[in-house]
Amino acid sequence: MNEFVATVVRGLGNGSIYALLALGFVIIYKSMRVISFAQPAFMMTGGVLVSYLVLELNFFLAVVVALLLTALLGAGVERVALRPMIGKPVFVIAIITLGVDIVIRTVVNSFIGLDIRQMGDPWGLKQVKLLGVTVDQRHLATLVTTLVVVAALFAFYRWSRTGLAMRAASSDQEVAQAQGVSVGRVFSLSWALAAMLAGLAGVFLSTGIGLEQNLWLTALKALPVIILGGLDSLGGAVIAGLAIGVVEALVGNYGGDLSPVFGGDFFLVVPYLLMLLVLLVRPYGLFGTREVERI
Amino acid sequence: MSSTRLGRPQLYLSYAQDMALLNTPAKRWWTLVLALVAVLLPFMLEDDLLAVLATAFVAAIGAIGLNLVTGYAGQVSLGHAFFLGLGAYTAATLSGDPDSTRLIGFGITSFPIWLLASGLVAGLAGLIVAPLAARLRGLYLAVVTLGLVFIGEHLFKHWGDLTGGVGVGRPAAVPELFGIQFAVDGEFFTKAQKLYLLMFVLLVIFGVLARNLVRSRIGRALAAVRDRDLAAEVIGVDVTRYKMIAFAVSSFYAGVAGALLYVMIGFVEPGSFNLALSVQYIAMILVGGVATISGSVLGALFITLLPRVTRELPAVLPFISSSSTSGGITVFQVETILYGLLIIGFLIFEPRGLFGIWIRIRTYWKSWPFSH
Repeated sequence: MNEFVATVVRGLGNGSIYALLALGFVIIYKSMRVISFAQPAFMMTGGVLVSYLVLELNFFLAVVVALLLTALLGAGVERVALRPMIGKPVFVIAIITLGVDIVIRTVVNSFIGLDIRQMGDPWGLKQVKLLGVTVDQRHLATLVTTLVVVAALFAFYRWSRTGLAMRAASSDQEVAQAQGVSVGRVFSLSWALAAMLAGLAGVFLSTGIGLEQNLWLTALKALPVIILGGLDSLGGAVIAGLAIGVVEALVGNYGGDLSPVFGGDFFLVVPYLLMLLVLLVRPYGLFGTREVERI
Repeated sequence: MSSTRLGRPQLYLSYAQDMALLNTPAKRWWTLVLALVAVLLPFMLEDDLLAVLATAFVAAIGAIGLNLVTGYAGQVSLGHAFFLGLGAYTAATLSGDPDSTRLIGFGITSFPIWLLASGLVAGLAGLIVAPLAARLRGLYLAVVTLGLVFIGEHLFKHWGDLTGGVGVGRPAAVPELFGIQFAVDGEFFTKAQKLYLLMFVLLVIFGVLARNLVRSRIGRALAAVRDRDLAAEVIGVDVTRYKMIAFAVSSFYAGVAGALLYVMIGFVEPGSFNLALSVQYIAMILVGGVATISGSVLGALFITLLPRVTRELPAVLPFISSSSTSGGITVFQVETILYGLLIIGFLIFEPRGLFGIWIRIRTYWKSWPFSH
C-alpha cells in the first residue's frame, strides 16, 4: 500500500510538471488558436538560466529572475516571428514555432554542453517520511508549487481586468478589439505567461537529477496531455497532466510483467497510447469545446 | 490544330490541353534540358557529391509523398518518419541475410520486389491511421501523428530481431536487378554513379505518377477537402474516402523513400526515425513549395545539400570551428540554426517557397520590361 501511495505521489510530482507545460500550450492556444512547438525551448531556457544564476544568487531569487527573462524571451519571439503571421493558416504558424524551437534550443544546448548541469536547489534527492510513506521532497515541492501557480492563474483569468481581456480575445478577437482590448498585448502576454510556465516546469524537471540536453523530450509529453484535456481547457490541462503523470508512474512501477513484450521503458509511450484511445471516443478531448462548423 | 497554335503558345483549345503535363513549350524545353543535365552529371561530378545528390533524389520521393497529404489534401502529418521507418525495415528484412542468427531476413534481393513491398506495408499502415484523420481536424491531427512517431520509435527500438536494436541497427536493403549490384563498384560505373542513375530514374517515375495523380479527379477532390472539407462534402466529395486515399498514397511514397534512403547510407539505426526526421520533411515541402511536385524536389535538394554547404563554411569564416570539442560555434550548430531560421524566414517572407520565387522570376521576365 505504501509503495502504491509513494508511486502515486511520484506520479503527481511528474504530472504537475506536465500540467505546467500543458497550461502554457493551452494559454497560447486560447489566444492564437495555435499549438506552439516552441515550448520545449522555453523549458530548457528556464532551466539553463537558473543553473547559471544559482552560481551568483540564492536559488529562489535565481528562479524568479530566470522566469522573468524567459517571459521576456517568449514575448520577444511572439513579436518577431509570430506577429507578422496573424491571419495566416494555423498550420503555417505552428511550423514557425517549430523553427523557433530549433533555433533557441541549439543556442541553449551550447550553454548546457555535454555534462549535466545542477540546479543548486534545496531539495536535491532528499526524501521525507509523510504519514508513513517515503516520498522525494522535490516531488512534493513541485506539486505544491504547481497548485499555487494554477490557483493564481485561475484567479488571474477569473477576476483580473487583463484576465477578462484575455478571455474576451479568446472567445472573439474582433468583438474584443471593438471593446477596446488590445489583442496584440494579449498575444504578447500569452506568450510571456506560457514561456514562464514552461521555464518553471524546466526548473522543477531538473531539480535533483540535473539538466541535460535530452530533457527537452519531456516537454512534448505535454502534447498528449493537452489533447487529452482538450486544447482550450485550462482545467482540462491540469487534470489530464496529473492523470497522465500518475498513470505513467503506475505503469512504470507495476508494468514489470509487460516489459518482455513492450520493453522496459514502455511507460514512456503510455501517454501517447492513452491519447489515441481517448481521441477515438472523444475527438475534442475530455473537456475541449466542440467546433461549430458552418459552410 | 497545331497551325492555329503556331505563334500562340498560350492558346488552349481544350481542357485536356490546359491540364497536360507539359502545357507550354518553355516547360517542354526546360524539362528536356534538366533531364539531359541530370543524366550527364554522373560523368562530371565527384562520387561523394553524387551520393549526396542521390540521397536528395530519394528524399524528394519522400517529400512528394508528404506534400500529397499535407500540401494537396491539407492533412498536417508529423508522422512521416514512422512510415519512412516502416519502409526501411520492410526492405531491409526482405533482402536481409536468411542465414543470420541475429536478425530476421528473407534473402529477396531483387529490388522491385522489396521496393513495392515496403511501399505497400507503409501504405497499409497509412490506411490504418487514416480513420483517425477522418475524425480529427487541423492541429489535433498533427499531434496525433506526432504520437505515432513516438510509438513507432519505441517499437523499432525494442523489436530487436527485426531492427537490430538501439545503437546496433542492421544492414540496409541490397539493391539488385537482373544480376546488377547497384551498391557495389562495377567494371564501368562506380557505386555512386549507379545509385545516382537508379535514384534519378525512380524519382522521375514517382514524380510523374504523383503529378498525374494530382491533376486527375482525385487531385481535385483532395484540393477541395483541403480548402473546405465541409463544402467539399456538400458538393459530393466523399471526404473520408479521399482522406484515406491521401494517407495511403503518401505513406506508400514514404515507405519507398525509406527503403531507398538507407540503401544510400547502407545501414538502418532504429533511433533515427524520430520527430527531427519528420520535421526535416516538413521543412522540405515548406522550403520547396506547398502543393507542388517540383517544389518538393527543389526543397529536398535544398535541405539535403544544406549540411554539405555549411561544412565548407569554416574555410571561409574562421570563427566557426569544424570540430565539436574546441570552443566557439561549431558547424553543426550553424547548420541547425540556419535550418531553423530558413523555416521561419521562408514562411514569413515567401510562403510559397522556392517554387514561389521561381514563379516570381518567371512572371517578371514574362512581362519584362513592363512591371505588370
